Amino acid sequence: MSATKPIQSCNDFVIKFANVNGSGSASANELFARAIMRMGVPVAPRNIFPSNIQGMPTWYEMRVSGAGWLGRRGGCDLMVAMNPQTWDRDIAEIAPGGYLVYDSTKSLPRSRFREDITVLGIPLTEICNREYTDPRQRQLFKNIMYVGALTALLDMEFAAVEKLIADQYRGKDKLIGANVNALKLGYDHAKADLSCPIGLRVERADGVGDKIFVNGNDACGLGAVYGGATVAAWYPITPSTSVIEAFGAYCRKYRTDPDNGMARYAIVQAEDELASIGMVIGAAWNGSRAFTATSGPGISLMQEFFGLAYFAEVPVVAFDVQRGGPSTGMPTRTQQSDLISCAYASHGDTKHVLLFPEDPYECFTLGAQAFDLADRLQTPVFVLLDLDIGMNDRLCQPFDWDDQRRYDRGKVMSAGDLEAGKNFGRYLDVDGDGIPWRTIPGTHPTKGAFFSRGTTRNAYAKYSEAGTDYVYNMERLRRKFETAKKLVPAPVVKHASQPSRFGAIYYGSTSPAMAEASALLEGQGIHVDTMRVRGFPFADEVIDFINEHDHVFVVEQNESGQLRMLLINEGEVDPKRLIRVLHYDGTPITARFISGKIADTLAERKVTPIRKQVAS
Amino acid sequence: MTYLAKPKLLRADAPKNTLGYTRRDYEGAISTLCAGCGHDSISAAVVQACFDLDIEPHKVAKLSGIGCSSKTPDYFLGASHGFNTTHGRMPSVLTGAALANRDLTYLGVSGDGDSASIGIGQFAHAMRRGVNMTYIVENNGVYGLTKGQFSATADKGSKSKRGVVNNDTPIDLVALALQLGASYVARSFSGDKEQLIPLIKGALRHRGPAFIDVISPCVTFNNHAGSTKSYDYVREHNDAVNRLDVILPRDQINTSYPPGSLRRIVQHDGSILHLRKLDTDYDPSDRVGAMNHLQERHALGEIVTGLLYVDSSAEDLHRHLNTVEKPLNLLGDAYLCPGSKALEALNASLR
Repeated sequence: MSATKPIQSCNDFVIKFANVNGSGSASANELFARAIMRMGVPVAPRNIFPSNIQGMPTWYEMRVSGAGWLGRRGGCDLMVAMNPQTWDRDIAEIAPGGYLVYDSTKSLPRSRFREDITVLGIPLTEICNREYTDPRQRQLFKNIMYVGALTALLDMEFAAVEKLIADQYRGKDKLIGANVNALKLGYDHAKADLSCPIGLRVERADGVGDKIFVNGNDACGLGAVYGGATVAAWYPITPSTSVIEAFGAYCRKYRTDPDNGMARYAIVQAEDELASIGMVIGAAWNGSRAFTATSGPGISLMQEFFGLAYFAEVPVVAFDVQRGGPSTGMPTRTQQSDLISCAYASHGDTKHVLLFPEDPYECFTLGAQAFDLADRLQTPVFVLLDLDIGMNDRLCQPFDWDDQRRYDRGKVMSAGDLEAGKNFGRYLDVDGDGIPWRTIPGTHPTKGAFFSRGTTRNAYAKYSEAGTDYVYNMERLRRKFETAKKLVPAPVVKHASQPSRFGAIYYGSTSPAMAEASALLEGQGIHVDTMRVRGFPFADEVIDFINEHDHVFVVEQNESGQLRMLLINEGEVDPKRLIRVLHYDGTPITARFISGKIADTLAERKVTPIRKQVAS
Repeated sequence: MTYLAKPKLLRADAPKNTLGYTRRDYEGAISTLCAGCGHDSISAAVVQACFDLDIEPHKVAKLSGIGCSSKTPDYFLGASHGFNTTHGRMPSVLTGAALANRDLTYLGVSGDGDSASIGIGQFAHAMRRGVNMTYIVENNGVYGLTKGQFSATADKGSKSKRGVVNNDTPIDLVALALQLGASYVARSFSGDKEQLIPLIKGALRHRGPAFIDVISPCVTFNNHAGSTKSYDYVREHNDAVNRLDVILPRDQINTSYPPGSLRRIVQHDGSILHLRKLDTDYDPSDRVGAMNHLQERHALGEIVTGLLYVDSSAEDLHRHLNTVEKPLNLLGDAYLCPGSKALEALNASLR
């Protein structure tokens, strides 16, 4: 069939499903990913989908990695080509020696295939038309059928997939039988007609352990529930919409009063992003924990309000699930390109606290922590995730919560404090940390009321146009930002196996690709210390790390090197020492890309070791 | 404007309400608006209404946008928390505040630029959402702080102080509020406190979005001949459909009216609205009728005032969201955090 030797690999390959969106393929593909995980083999799937509801091409790229690498690998070893629209490019993408599974109901000319791949045709439509009469069933079970065929082709345990279906449809027994039947049709056909297994195989392992499989947006919604949020206001925008949907679902589950069925939360779909952040500010000003979820264009629309929240010192939380910009940009593709627009959101001299979760587990923990930080610092806190971790299910450590933990509501004066005669100046720095005390409306009949505004005021919240009052306030806000450095989550440093003059800084969803890149580089004898930044303003350790290395690679998923800009601006680092490693085509960054860039740069530097010459 | 600080001394015989507060307890900082500004009369009416209704000052949250009118919450209810937000965005901030604590009384103050131009979107959505609030627009048809540009409520043909004629169609916020679902809609005139104070009282005791458009002449930029928002013009064209008295459950009803001239409406909290009919055909419970009446009189150049519409059985946003009776901002950790046990079960479902 082909001269190229078919790829042989166990528990280490990439399968890609080319589908039409709206065809019900997503749940079948996800089922398949879960089935592999049930066999103890880590899987990292990614949806590559269009900004469309039905009819456009969509891909589900699944990396199977016994070693546990969850970053995108790139390339494709097995293509399940179910979309005639993208046939040619899908076929072209298969690695030499790779495999093609397709619906062979309609015969295709030889010219539409490649000589160097293994072609596995299954007449899926034909079988479906024979077995089912309902058009919707024909479509849906076609998907389950190819999952069955893959189970045979990859030498997987049929019983494991069968049990998974039973678990997923527990309580809906009719669906279990129908799905298992379709699964078996595909499985049996592959066993009978094709030579199973192929060179790619899944073998039971113990690489999954107690890990959970969940997406970052769900985890953010759950984090907001555990973080004590009671008010959410939002406007639909991809890829953040499901944060609020998850918050709503978890609230219905955990925050419905058992006695009367009433809601211990309020969710409002606002008319736009301006209104959503306005509602969040109003609720937070009035003592509720409140948040919004949005993406880049929403952040742009909220700019004026972020300035008000910063200056009036209102504790709000914003989840920004980043996508490709500028403008509408690439709404269904991933990027880390809102750092600057969030860090300095609004006019005038503003600076904001940012958190960078690496995976769904941290979306949960940092999501919950954001509410404590916002209350403690009385300022907006941004949780910056991105589409890659927000909308894709990812294996991560299970969620945990310390039941002894109590919410840190920050410096709030009670009626008792006021009654006891405590000096209340809304913008007075009594503790030297830049954080003033506040009161919640309605606290005391005669004491503690104040007027909030975005205009200059004195320490007692009285309107003022005096330069001295303005400067007092700005200097206090600067001190508050210094305090924030100590409160944001600390960076995570990993030292190479040998001392190195080179470091790499990364954040957020780049994490698994960076970890794998480090291993690849170590394999080539290249040693790079790494540091994952988890918050802004930068803790002192971040700048220390840079100072401890001659050069530091700053690995990001945007075009302009936005974290690098922040490091240069806020850390006063010599720009020449920060080398950009930038990936921004909308696909998730890969270990191959990072290690390639770093290796190439180091190779170039070895040719002309300028530093060494100067030093000697 | 006055530069004199208010004396702290209080007359021993100053009248007190049943809570023991004097009118002074409902006042705020000294106004910095122009002498004779209609807005100051509205502030005084708010003070009187809250005093009369025995509202605890700290149980009111007053919010505003940006502009002359939006400065006024600083000038009344000094013991209440206030929030001067961004231009045109008071409704969203008020909505959020109302979600956080359903037990306070929410008073939103805005202007015609703030609500009919930059903020028309938020105005509209707060009305249709059923936010429990009193929303007052201090309407002078002009931008004061930026020196006299027309606003979106300026009448077509209206002439500015500099002689420029407005050719744009005006926005009638009362008509909009009626169409958008406000459940208490009134119009008044800052120069008519007898009419205005009861309208504010009725609004404060109303559950749901209560909107009052108060024509409030700008003495500096819009009080000249040719303006349709001047004191003289409004007095000449004021067409009041009714006069309101708000009677609290504790009050004795001892006023008598000729038969057929009174309409009695009981609000959800037991307060009673007594409407003395000036226009015998006018029915304030008929939303469509109110809209028609408004348009007909507008075509004749009349400014219809009074309580134009009220639905005393209206529901509000909290009812729609089925939120718990206890204010959300008072729910403690135990009511909010599901704890580690729930997570264990959730983790199991994610494997």
